[in-house]
Formats: sequence, structure tokens, C-alpha cells
Amino acid sequence: MTDFPNVNPPFAAGAAHAAPASLPCAAGIGLKPEHFRQILAQPPALGFFEIHAENYMVAGGPYHHYLEKIRALYPLSIHGVGLSIGGPQALDEEHLSRLAKLLQRYQPESFSEHLAWSSHAGTFFNDLLPLPYTQASLDSVCAHIDQVQSRLNRTMLLENPATYLQFCASTMSETQFIREVVRRTGCGLLLDVNNVHVSCTNHGTDARQYLSELPLQAVGEIHLAGFAEELDSQGAPLLIDSHGAPIAACVWELYAFTLALTGAKPSLIERDNNIPALAVLLAEAQQADQLIQAYAPAPTSAGVNQGVRR
Amino acid sequence: MNEQAEFAAALLQGHCPPGLHTWNNSAAEQRFAVYRNNYLVGLIEALADTFTVTQALVGVAFFQAMARVFVQTQPAQSPLLVGYGEGFGEFIDSFPPAAGLPYLGAVARLEMAYVQAYHAADAPVVAASELARWLDDGDALSRLRLTLHPSVQLVSSAYAVVSLWAAHQHDDPAGQLAAINLHSAQAAMLIRQGLEVLVIPISPASAQLIANLRQQSLATAAATASPEALTATLALLVQHAAISQLSLQE
Repeated sequence: MTDFPNVNPPFAAGAAHAAPASLPCAAGIGLKPEHFRQILAQPPALGFFEIHAENYMVAGGPYHHYLEKIRALYPLSIHGVGLSIGGPQALDEEHLSRLAKLLQRYQPESFSEHLAWSSHAGTFFNDLLPLPYTQASLDSVCAHIDQVQSRLNRTMLLENPATYLQFCASTMSETQFIREVVRRTGCGLLLDVNNVHVSCTNHGTDARQYLSELPLQAVGEIHLAGFAEELDSQGAPLLIDSHGAPIAACVWELYAFTLALTGAKPSLIERDNNIPALAVLLAEAQQADQLIQAYAPAPTSAGVNQGVRR
Repeated sequence: MNEQAEFAAALLQGHCPPGLHTWNNSAAEQRFAVYRNNYLVGLIEALADTFTVTQALVGVAFFQAMARVFVQTQPAQSPLLVGYGEGFGEFIDSFPPAAGLPYLGAVARLEMAYVQAYHAADAPVVAASELARWLDDGDALSRLRLTLHPSVQLVSSAYAVVSLWAAHQHDDPAGQLAAINLHSAQAAMLIRQGLEVLVIPISPASAQLIANLRQQSLATAAATASPEALTATLALLVQHAAISQLSLQE
């Protein structure tokens, strides 16, 4: 076969249908059942959709019907909220199997979970709960991530938490802990910029300093969300990671600061409560896209910023 | 890692665990309350999403108080919240403050059945002509067994719960409620057709026969049903594509 050195080789047969290895550096939104029909009726230009894994761990019916159609049009991120990676107890093997099955079915470009725990001794708390940052919890989290990555046969992204309290038992900072986890397991980082703002405000620390201490080269995705504001007993702001409001101006600023450090990254508009009209989420995604483009080097690879994948 | 065990126990019991601190010496109790609130309110909202008619019948304040007791006595055990609330109907049946609404638990069971039908497995449907062919085969008929579609759910009550539920699917439930005789026994078959769940009012005799068909051959189940109920039920199952498989019992 003759070589044409200055011409890009054609795709191998079937390669055009294979899922890209990663999410595009563009904005995505969370997929909500309220928006299923509208998305299919008029597929918006959007980098990707993200789903909560647990919502789709059902046998059949409309959720799978719509997800299959939407997944055929867009890159997909599957985001777990129930694996309890930060808990001291063994991971739920049954839940891991359900995840493996879901990932096998939808072949998402990305899978992520949280540096948090949600189950203990058989009770599921339906919240992302904080853990002490100690050598013992570090060993446990790393073992859990090793187990997940080996069971799912892929690298996962770990999301930094939003927290309201700290443990006296902690012997290292959250950023130290995350750095060690990334170093030891090779997992990537899902950098939730809203969580950074919420946690740093709640613990009286500097968000930009916090960001500079993270292993930013490992960032595979960014989350943006809204928060609710209360006051603690000293009258200081106590921010709640509500996912129920538009992204705040200060979080947009922190996002721009982050992009300047990381370069363009896939970025999710995350809204789980008070779900607005699809157009409202798309407008926020557009706002994120403008920043992504401002900070991105010129795209060089196919698939970046091309919107709907057809 | 005792800290998390203590944290979990405290979430369930409502006190603030030891070993927590805040940067500015603000009260840890108040901040811990955020977690406890997230935990309780999140699950109460999950119940409110499933049991919308139950909530409409008692009002938001009563429902939330009742759901809070349920969450505290029957905490979620699985990260799959879609199934959370199985047992809510039975809980309501024995929840003293709801004793004045004896139909409420059955309404909740209907709503849970709706969610189960909505997310049930997809399955093939047996054509009416195929069922007819088997019914004509006298030899096979005695051993014929029907497998119902995975989305089929049954609800029965001594009260008019199907009408109550249906009234709340209207824009003006109050206008519909006046015409309902609460003290009439009702039953329904739920089945997903396409992407919609249908709630089909059926006779209590049909409900019993369909329940028996899940356990027994057609001939055995038919033996305890009236010919009218048998005919009506088979017609119903065929009309709503509720039969997924036909097989012969050995």
C-alpha cells in the first residue's frame, strides 16, 4: 500500500461510529425527564448530556427509551451518586454490577463519582456526606477507586465535595487528600467549581488557593451549579450546595479563573432541583461555552465543539 | 473510622456527633443540621414525587409529617430511590393519624404500582391470534399458562380508590370527588402501553383471576372464576396486550 505522508489517514472501518474516548471540551447539561421530548423534537447544539446513574437503574420503560435515542445523538457522561466511595465499609458489589451493566449498555465517554459517602450499615442517606481526611480513609478511598476502575475497566473521575463541617480527626487538607488519591489510583478529577466556592466559604479558606493546590492536570470535567445561602451561628455565610438555582456570578468568576489554569474542559451545568425550562439551562450552557472558547487553544481534534454528534 | 459510624447514627437519631469543628467556632449543631435536613427532606421529597395523589388527599403539611415518620421508621436501604416507598401504603394503613381516611393506604399502593409499571422491563406481546389458536386446542388448553407483561400491576380495595386516583388526574379534582361513592369496592389493572401507564378499572373478580393467573395454569385459575369473569378478563388481557408469553405446563 502506498503511503501518502502529508495526508491524514482515513478512519478505520467503523471508527466513525465508535464512541469518542472523552467528552468534548464544550458545555453540557444534566438530562431531565421533563426535557426528553423537547430534546428529541429539536436537538439543541450541546457538547454532552449527563445522567445520574441510579435514575437509570430501572428494568425498562420510558427512561431507557429516551436515553437510547438521546445518547445516539450526543456524548454522554454517567455520574454516580450512590456508590459511597468515601465510606469505610466495603463497596456494594451488587451496585457495582448494576453500574457495570449500565456502562456496558450506554458506553459513556465519562464515568464519575464523589469523594463522599451515602450509605452506612445498610442505610442509604441519599446525601453526599463528608469524611475525615486521615491515612486510614485515604487507604480506604484508594482501595475503593482501584476496585471501581478495575471492575468497570475504565478510569473514573472523582468529584471534590461541598462540605459544611470538618472533622477534628483529619490529618491532611482536602486538596492534599485529593492529590494523593489521584496520584495513587490514576483516577481523574471532576472539578466542581461551585463545590470549591461553597466549601471554601464554609471553612473560611481561599478558593483560588484551594484550586492551585489541586492536581489540575487530572481534571476531566468541570461542574457548575447554584447554591443557597444561610448564615451560621456567628453570622458568617453558610452556603448550601442546592443544585436548585442559577450559577452565581462569583462561581462564574471562579470558573473563568479555573479555565485559565486548566484550559478548556467539558463543563456541566448541573441543576437537580427547581428544574427550569430547557432554554434556561441551554442559555447557561452557552454562557459556559463562551468562556470555554475564550480560554481554549484552537481546537485541533475532530469532535471538539461540534455540538450534536450525528 | 469511627467518625462515620457516629455521623450515620447521629443522622438517624438527630443529635450532633462529636469530633466536628468549624473554622470560626460557629455552632457545629447548626451545620450538622444541614446534613440531617438534606437526608430527611431528600427522602420526603422522593416520596412526594411518587405519592402525588396521596399528598393531594391529605395536604402538604400532613403528608410531610407522615412521610417524615416513615423515613425515620423505614429508612432507605438502597441507592435506587425509585423503589423507595414500597411499604408506604401499609405504613399508612397503620398510621393512627390517618385512621380517618381508611382508603389512603390503598391510594398509595396504587401510586407505587404506577411507578413500578412505568419502569418495568420491556417484553414482547403475544398476538391475539396466537392465544386464540391455543384456546382452540383442547388438549393444550388444560396445560396452558399465561405469562403477564412485567408492567402488569393489580390494586384492590374495599374503597373507591381507582375513582379517587382518576379524579386527581383532572384539572379540577374537587369537581370530580363529589360524585364518588367512597364505600364501593374497586380494583384496577395497571399496564404500560407504549410509554404510558394505563390504570384500567376492572371488577374485583377479574383482579382475583389475574392474580391467580400469575400463580396457576389458565385451567386451574379458570376453575374458580365465573364464565363471565373469565371471558371478560381474557378479553381485557388481549385488548391491552398484557400477555407476554404462552407456555404449556408439564
